[in-house]
Amino acid sequence: MIAWKIGGEQGEGIDSTGDVLSTVANRMGYFVYGYKHFSSRIKGGHTTYKVRISASRVEAATEHTDILVALNQETIAKHAGELDGGFLLADTAFKPVLPDHVNATLIALPLADMAKSHGSILMRNMVAVGASAALINLPTEPFLAYIESKFKAKGDSIVAANQSALLNGYQHIRQEYPNFSSLTLPPPTPGDRLVLTGNDALALGALAGGCRIMCGYPITPATDIMESLSKWFPLVGGVVVQMEDELGSITACIGAGYGGARAMTATSGPGFSLMQEGIGLASMAEIPVIIVDTQRSGPSTGMPTKPEQSDLMAMIYGGHGDGPRVVLAPSSPEETFEDGYQAFNIADILQTPVIIATDLALALWSQTVERSALDGPSVPIDRGATVTADELRALGDSVFLRYAITADHISPRALPGTANGQHLATGVEHQPNGKVSEDPVNRSRMMDKRLAKLAKVHEMRPGIKWEGPADADLVMLAIGSTVGAIREAKEILVAEGYRVAISWLRTLSPFPTAEFRQAFAQARKILIVEQNATGQLALLMRQAGVFDPLRCEQLLKYDGVQFFPSEIVSRARPLLTQYAEVTH
Amino acid sequence: MATLQDFKTEEKSWWCPGCGDFGVLAAMQKALVAVGAEPRTTAIVAGIGCSGKLGNYINSYNIHVTHGRTLPAALGLKLANRDLLVLAAGGDGDAYAIGMGHFMHALRRNVNVTYIVMDNHVYGLTKGQTSPTSESGFKTKTTPKGSIDRPVHPLMLAVSAGATFVAQGFSSWQPQLARLIQQGIQHPGFALINVISPCVTYNKVNTYDWYKKTLLNLDDDPSYNPHSRPEALARLDATDELVTGLIYQEESEPYETQIAGFRDTPLVAQDWHVDNATWNQILKSFE
Repeated sequence: MIAWKIGGEQGEGIDSTGDVLSTVANRMGYFVYGYKHFSSRIKGGHTTYKVRISASRVEAATEHTDILVALNQETIAKHAGELDGGFLLADTAFKPVLPDHVNATLIALPLADMAKSHGSILMRNMVAVGASAALINLPTEPFLAYIESKFKAKGDSIVAANQSALLNGYQHIRQEYPNFSSLTLPPPTPGDRLVLTGNDALALGALAGGCRIMCGYPITPATDIMESLSKWFPLVGGVVVQMEDELGSITACIGAGYGGARAMTATSGPGFSLMQEGIGLASMAEIPVIIVDTQRSGPSTGMPTKPEQSDLMAMIYGGHGDGPRVVLAPSSPEETFEDGYQAFNIADILQTPVIIATDLALALWSQTVERSALDGPSVPIDRGATVTADELRALGDSVFLRYAITADHISPRALPGTANGQHLATGVEHQPNGKVSEDPVNRSRMMDKRLAKLAKVHEMRPGIKWEGPADADLVMLAIGSTVGAIREAKEILVAEGYRVAISWLRTLSPFPTAEFRQAFAQARKILIVEQNATGQLALLMRQAGVFDPLRCEQLLKYDGVQFFPSEIVSRARPLLTQYAEVTH
Repeated sequence: MATLQDFKTEEKSWWCPGCGDFGVLAAMQKALVAVGAEPRTTAIVAGIGCSGKLGNYINSYNIHVTHGRTLPAALGLKLANRDLLVLAAGGDGDAYAIGMGHFMHALRRNVNVTYIVMDNHVYGLTKGQTSPTSESGFKTKTTPKGSIDRPVHPLMLAVSAGATFVAQGFSSWQPQLARLIQQGIQHPGFALINVISPCVTYNKVNTYDWYKKTLLNLDDDPSYNPHSRPEALARLDATDELVTGLIYQEESEPYETQIAGFRDTPLVAQDWHVDNATWNQILKSFE
């Protein structure tokens, strides 16, 4: 496993440099995980992009860095400490200084001058990639092929200039530092794999699942979903509407859902707060709608570019009144894809708002995914119960009962356009025929029906996932992007000889209480790892009656930095040791 | 062919006797018959307030949404099924206070939806507070010494904001109102019809009699050209918007016909599976 990082000013092509390395490594058959540190500004300000490259799946951040490419001294000051025996590749232009306490090899090379010699300082990043490839001992051919495909449209001279810049960086290391023992990776396992983010996976899932209307308002870190669908929808006859605000976004989706199409909106905390009234409407009027909340640090504007998992209460209980809704929680691009299409089936079948809870790290960080996990054309599409034209004709002069009381609490819909199915759908409490009612008996029945139908979601998908022995000494529990971190922590602990498992929730609401109780019955200790200050996941467990204070421990983080496996290991190890002392 | 009876329901009205909204409902039903609409392909999106109860009294597909949000819902509904005749209806508070943001953007988006605002210059259902169209000095429970806000001028706003069809009717003048709604439905784009719909309970100033004395009927002025934006703005300004008739209309191409790749078949009637070729083309960018 290699951890490579580049640092400089925002707007200096940091992201594209990281993209080159991760794309090429992925094409070679390695697994990558790419993530960045960025701020809420367009240009300027310190930024970094880190790529972990491995011969096996990788899905978490790390504190450690093997190669640090520094485009300025600030990068060295901030990140050289992550190097432990690694390489610091820096541009001679800013006269880089390696701090005394850092155990690393400084390789100063004239990145900017070398780039200029090939035509433009913009190619500084290609020189850096070439030099990095030499240090990791990667062949140059895949990089040259990538450059050709990437810049083909810009002309042969651009391709040639970028290729020679990359080779220049590569050869410089080989010639100037022939005696360096380079870092090495195990051989790759070639396969048919892609690199994508959770937002990419979500948009792909929605597209595959029949979503054809996306109404949204730009917000970090959700905007990519809207941008991707803007590119793809013309191919399938869909439409993206950039609305005036999030109130409009969700209500437009509800209008579309009432019309029988599949619509979604995607937002983050501040937008999600505005959508609460719409979620209530969809819950009350039993209209399918999908809302993606790519959680970020809150409350209010919070830290717009920093990860957090602190909207759980807002997603499950937000808004006034009792507004039942389903909340799904994917933890990887594959699960995000799955939820991306399945949410629409659930929403149509249960006639309710379905929220997909992702978070900034899951939404934005890219990683290797098997192409076979993204089989869009064959995903199931189930539009839920609707009344047929024949059934409506048979009604004669009777009125169609849109909110009929049924055994499974689901009242088949009549979609606008169907003869004899005219009715009123409303956010006001209503009778089975849709007309307004304040009758106490009717009110209770309607509320019970809206609440009860949701349990069916547990027949449609697993509520929790588990990896490891059922009777583990410690099970680490998380949601979203934190699952990648607990999985890596588990690998470390297992290697140390501990008996450890991990678990993650796939459905947050309704809470999969029975499944949870059964899965956790034999676990000796439970470490709940979540990225918020109030322990919202633990609160959900308490509310469900599955928080056992004698077995549960919590690890909370809310500093805007995603979990590193190492800090989870540090918290988990004493629990295991302490437990081992008691039992043995 | 649907008749007036086909658009009626058995539901007993909750509106006060004499409410202007009865006239708006009747004119809407007449207009629907006149354009040859069918209940099954007619959808009405209503807001919150007295006006929002409309959906209880008209036989069509009805969705009654949150306060001020009729226009986004109507947009989504029209995009989901472009074969539907979509009408939105709400009061002056719904349109010009809480829904003002959506109003302005619906005008510039120009989706093929007809918007009927039932304007009584007062908040009725909450029992008598000032509204954005209330005149300065209007006394209500929240403005006991008279409103010090200046009223909005929705028609001038609409014309300036890019509206392609702007009209105003009066609930008592049925033939003109029904005709304006009919024209609005037939207009290929977003049509605003502001309807003076007096509140007999909480507005003792802007009464039926007051309007009958004050309103200027543009139908009586053959010199008026409703296809000139400057003329429309000048007339609205000169009359303080106290006019009825077609105020402004321009050539219009609705939103839904301008969307790249959007199909003639309604979305709801399409097969939503993605074909392999399209899917592989999309996945290429992640290789």
